[in-house]
Amino acid sequence: MIDWINVIIQGVLVGGLYAMFAAGLSLIFGIMRLVNIAHGDLIVLAAYLALVVTQTLGLNPLWSLAIVVPAMALLGYALQWFVLNRTLGDDLLPPLLVTFGLSVIIQNGLQELFSADPQKLQAGTIEIASVQLVEGIWIGLLPLIQFALAVAIIGGLQIIFYRTALGRAFRATADNPAVAQLMGLDNRHVFALAMALSLAVVAVAGVLLAVRANFDPTIGPARLIFGFEAVIIGGLGSLWGTLIGGVVLGVAQAVGAHLDPGWQILAGHLVFLGLLAVRPQGLFPKVRE
Amino acid sequence: MPEPLLKVNMLDAYYGDFQALFGVSVDIAAGEVVAIIGANGAGKSTLLKSIAGLMAARPEAILFDNEPIGGLPAFAVAARGIALVPEGRGLFPSLSVEENLEIGGQLRRPGPWTIARVYELFPVLAERRHAASTSLSGGQQQMVAIGRALMANPRLLLCDEISLGLAPIVVRDIYACLPAILAEGTSLVIVEQDIVQALKVAQRVYCLQEGRVALAGAAAGLTREAITSAYFGI
Repeated sequence: MIDWINVIIQGVLVGGLYAMFAAGLSLIFGIMRLVNIAHGDLIVLAAYLALVVTQTLGLNPLWSLAIVVPAMALLGYALQWFVLNRTLGDDLLPPLLVTFGLSVIIQNGLQELFSADPQKLQAGTIEIASVQLVEGIWIGLLPLIQFALAVAIIGGLQIIFYRTALGRAFRATADNPAVAQLMGLDNRHVFALAMALSLAVVAVAGVLLAVRANFDPTIGPARLIFGFEAVIIGGLGSLWGTLIGGVVLGVAQAVGAHLDPGWQILAGHLVFLGLLAVRPQGLFPKVRE
Repeated sequence: MPEPLLKVNMLDAYYGDFQALFGVSVDIAAGEVVAIIGANGAGKSTLLKSIAGLMAARPEAILFDNEPIGGLPAFAVAARGIALVPEGRGLFPSLSVEENLEIGGQLRRPGPWTIARVYELFPVLAERRHAASTSLSGGQQQMVAIGRALMANPRLLLCDEISLGLAPIVVRDIYACLPAILAEGTSLVIVEQDIVQALKVAQRVYCLQEGRVALAGAAAGLTREAITSAYFGI
């Protein structure tokens, strides 16, 4: 029994990481109908950036966030302004193709620079620290920090989206880009800010991923899939739904892995497909006209 | 005549290969109310969209305050003080009534219009301020669209078919707000299919027909026959 509770708690905590993969993805799709195929690879890029920062400055990976997050946000702004804004229009295909190309470029660029060897960020003793919840149930401090960060990020995005002028601009531009321009909003700037925000979240996800497990240049696409699945399970357009989606996926994978180590990824996909079959709109769909 | 606030000079406009406006010239003086009338597809909305920066145009084809603004992006035109109440209202469904008004004022142009003054003009909006903008009646939605445009404190307000799809009594209510707007010195361009309504408020009238100005003159001086002939081209 204790065994199973442990498994589920581990799944929930990993779910926070998946929710972070998903939040940036869903933000971009919601605002500009852009499906960012390179999202997973950008997570891996953030991980490598953190690797370089920690190795050159000798920082703890968690402190490297102070550099990696703004750097990725700047990169996001530039990427949107110089590249992706040119692909947006009535047709969904050009941004899809361009981000697919970007994904290939990032993977091969990282392979060229860092080789295909697996890497890992060393966070020191915090990696093995844990707290006892009740008798017999121990929770790793790092997964706990990771989950708390995920909740804070989703909550922060929720506040930005529904309580600030920036969020108002995001929602207005998503509703009707032409009329938003009449209000004095430059769509290109609004989209670039959205991508900057998305990649800031990606940066946190990338660093946490890199502290948690080994990474190499090719693992991006799988993170993209986990992100997609979390978004769809949670329901498009709902931020808290995305967190729940990540948790559902994380628990499914943890339970699968506990039954048989080979079933981890498969179990996640099966739960996703099952939910898609019975509830295609997701658990918490946002009603929109 | 004093230098016009807005001077549209030989404006052409295209949707792809289709030409919608042919050498249209229109002047609007500061504080003036001008009506643009014409049948469906005459180019009225295209003219307003060109002025607001939603269509491509030669820079010199549109002068605002003697500066070329033709072809500037819409957000730059808005910053200079031209606001458009778009056809079909174009409210943001994800935003509440109050948020729609706030976003109209997000350029923070100084001027007489604030949220409080818009609520004074349309008291019913104050009651529905937290409602989703699309849950309002058609007339109330039109009030939000007008209030949103006023929040930009425009020097020139462009209204595209604000009576479209509204009951006559509601149209009367909406038009009743115009004097308060004009009292602030705002110039006004009204595009209407409802000629009677337009002639009542406008000092001058332009009638468009198939993308060209078919008739222009003081509202009081136009005969019904002249308008009919310019409207239908018979």
